Amino acid sequence: MPVAVFFGCAFIAFGPALALFVFTIAREPLRVIILIAGAFFWLLSLLLSSLVWFIAVKASNPENVSLQKGLLIFGAVFSVVLQEVFRFAYYRLLRKANEGLAAISEENLSPISVQQMAYVAGLGFGIMSGAFSMINILSDSLGPGTVGIYGDSQYYFITSAFMTMAMTLLHTFWGVVFFDGCEKRRWWVIAAVAALHLLVSGLSFLNPSYEGSLPPAYVIMVLMAAWAFFSSGGSLQTLTQVWMCKKNGVDSS
Amino acid sequence: SESGQPSLLLTCLHICPLPGVGCSSVQQKIYVQLNKTFPCVRLLNATHQIGCQSSVSGDTGVLHVLETETDLDWVLSSGPNPPYVVLMVAEHFNRSTMMKLKGSARVAGVAVVISKAGPAQGFSPHHSCPNQNSGVYSDSYGPELAGCNVTVWNPLGNSLSYEDFRFPIFSLHEGEEADVIRKCFLDHNRGVNGSDPAYPLCAMQLASHMYAVKDTATCMRRNDIQSRFSISPEFVCDALADYNVWSSLKPLNNSGKGHLDGESVVIAATRLDSRSFFWNEAPGGESAVGGFVTLLAAAQALRAVVEDHPPSQNILFTFFQGETFDYIGSSRMVYDMENGKFVIDLDNIHSLVEIGQVALHRNGQLWLHSDPVSRRNSSVRSESTALNLSLSVAEPDVSQPLPPSSFQRFLRARPIPGVVLTDHMSAFSNRYYESLYDDAEYLNVSYPSGLSPEEQLEYVTDTAKTLAEVATLVARSLYKQAGGLDDHLSSINADPKIVTQMLYGFLVQSNNSWFRSLVSPDIVKNLGDPVKMPTWLVQYVLANFTGTLRNLTQTQCKNPEDLEGESKDLYSYFWVQGPVPPNSTQGEGYCVRAPVRLVKAHSPAFELHQYSSRDYSTWTESRWKQIQARIFLVASRDLEMLTLGVGVAVLLVSLVVTYFINSKADLLFSSSRETTSTAY
Repeated sequence: MPVAVFFGCAFIAFGPALALFVFTIAREPLRVIILIAGAFFWLLSLLLSSLVWFIAVKASNPENVSLQKGLLIFGAVFSVVLQEVFRFAYYRLLRKANEGLAAISEENLSPISVQQMAYVAGLGFGIMSGAFSMINILSDSLGPGTVGIYGDSQYYFITSAFMTMAMTLLHTFWGVVFFDGCEKRRWWVIAAVAALHLLVSGLSFLNPSYEGSLPPAYVIMVLMAAWAFFSSGGSLQTLTQVWMCKKNGVDSS
Repeated sequence: SESGQPSLLLTCLHICPLPGVGCSSVQQKIYVQLNKTFPCVRLLNATHQIGCQSSVSGDTGVLHVLETETDLDWVLSSGPNPPYVVLMVAEHFNRSTMMKLKGSARVAGVAVVISKAGPAQGFSPHHSCPNQNSGVYSDSYGPELAGCNVTVWNPLGNSLSYEDFRFPIFSLHEGEEADVIRKCFLDHNRGVNGSDPAYPLCAMQLASHMYAVKDTATCMRRNDIQSRFSISPEFVCDALADYNVWSSLKPLNNSGKGHLDGESVVIAATRLDSRSFFWNEAPGGESAVGGFVTLLAAAQALRAVVEDHPPSQNILFTFFQGETFDYIGSSRMVYDMENGKFVIDLDNIHSLVEIGQVALHRNGQLWLHSDPVSRRNSSVRSESTALNLSLSVAEPDVSQPLPPSSFQRFLRARPIPGVVLTDHMSAFSNRYYESLYDDAEYLNVSYPSGLSPEEQLEYVTDTAKTLAEVATLVARSLYKQAGGLDDHLSSINADPKIVTQMLYGFLVQSNNSWFRSLVSPDIVKNLGDPVKMPTWLVQYVLANFTGTLRNLTQTQCKNPEDLEGESKDLYSYFWVQGPVPPNSTQGEGYCVRAPVRLVKAHSPAFELHQYSSRDYSTWTESRWKQIQARIFLVASRDLEMLTLGVGVAVLLVSLVVTYFINSKADLLFSSSRETTSTAY
């Protein structure tokens, strides 16, 4: 049943994002606004980078396969760079907005912290990036056929869904780390985020040998999760505290 | 296969110009469209529906190539992944195999690969007794001759075209696409060492959803409802209709309808149409083209005497369309004659000569068939004795009925004397009657290799020479029958050059210089490959043969009423391109005046709204929206369910984890609390 593939891949790709949205964002209108604006910024970056790539492709010889491949790589690199630029631009915008929000509130305190804004912005980037990666593939997964007649892997739908999930979460973590680096004026953090983004994007050129692209992406995602956790105020003590609390809660209940 | 490199063969069909630009590249990864396919469509008559049907978005089935009996068992009972789409070569496209497939619920569709030459033993998907119930023989007229009791005309007929299949059947020619399909099957659908084949399997989807159901009365009623109650009506079927072409040796006044006093006419009739199992593929070489080319050549031959020594009676050349489907054209002409809507009526007819299938005669032997029931009043006798041709004409046994012919419809109305000229004494010599194989090759219209198309057009084949002789025989017989004198018979000769040009144009390639010079400039673009509906082309050819050049401009040619010596009542005026001079692309354009007319070939049943009529043809063709065929791989059901399971698991886990983290967020992220600008 192709509908099963559609729902399965949709849940894999967008499940974590949906869960994060439902539990952490949906109830706070300010966070919703920041999420959507973040998605829009990502869209802008994609629009500009795809415009550049499109013009380059149209101006070149379509028969030359290696040139086209080179242009694709160039387009991907340029897109990554532009996304990070727009992330920085969004950071500046949010800082400005934060001052304004603080000014109009009663206690002169902004209703939202920079870390929370970082997380929401990152998630916005991630959701839009995931949507663009996955929606086209999801709609084609509804048809009766699966990928493979030209020699591609038959696991194309599933691996795309997993890659999308990884990218969504990666964008979220990158958002947290990036904003933290900007706050603390640590420019090497920004460079590291950009480099990691380039690495994950470059790994996708290894497809269809999915062993080369998916596990490294997940490894990087776990590392980024840890980095984001530590940079947003978590520590090993808090982890053990929560774990103890849970255990105590379990014991006492 | 898991190879990363697409096969070269498939790459050629991969038409996406740039990766990811200008096409949905994921779709391009999944499907291989098959473009050069011919579907089988649904036709309906008063009582039945015939043809094929698919579900709305198409029928998908795992591909299986039929080569032996065990393959058939695999499809029908032992294969583990039903339903199947069967790919077969034309040898297996016979009644027994198709009936077995029809009765099985495990068949989702059939694709037939048509080779150049037909099966050696012959193949005819038509009835063995064509037009059995719409001819003249019935319980009230020659009952012992009805229903092919005496002669089975088409013994190789297996009536496949008249079966009702509930799955789609497509055909494709041998070539790139058939090779791609076979390669897909060999790569994916054959188990290793006798085990079941493993997923992903190669599958094919055939979509040919037909809107009409049940019978003509039902679909006409639905058309009626649509036209009355819908703002943009969507009809479900169309009556089979086209035009008959007719011309007369001496022009008849078209504005006068009904009985024409003092006029006695010999009708020379033939048919224009043919059919096959598949839609819009009807080469009809022996069954139609041979006949009408002969009559056209005869019309051209008679031109030599029409000016100086015209016969005492008129000769009416009629080319009927739709004869395959219960004589649509001839029944309409008879109906018009009976009701005074044609230039003459049945009382004006002196006799009728029909050209049946004449292209395959053995040893120059032709046969004249006549109706034994009305023969006592017949005044037609064999004319061949006076002629110096290498053909001999004989009559078959007296008690044999007429073969299926338009003449039978005339006999239903009036006992007119008439004969049907054929190359078969009893059963058809045509072993591929109304099938795809009745083409140029079967008629031996073949050219030595190395000739350019223009040289092929001029090359006189043997078939053309023999048909020219038949045409000469027909022309002289008509002349004699119409009261012409014997002295002038020797000047009536059909030109083999013209016959070979017509055969080339109607059977091989209609976009040639001769046809281009005959038709009007805006119709030239419709020429190409053997043209599907030759009615208008026959009209122009006949106009060229029986017409005269007039010195008129294009606007004058369109409206010649006010001009001296021109009459739209007597003639039709055609603006034709003319021969193209060597230095330009278009001819100058000439006005041709000819007594050639088109009349509607639309069954009287639809005029009279008798959609269940037993007297007239009630054939309609269903309408459809989309016809396509494509192949792709299908994944196993297990993999699909696994994907769904993993997706649900991921969703649930992420919901649980997020809830948990969110509820403990203040504890988890507490170590670097900033005093100035945080709030919760």
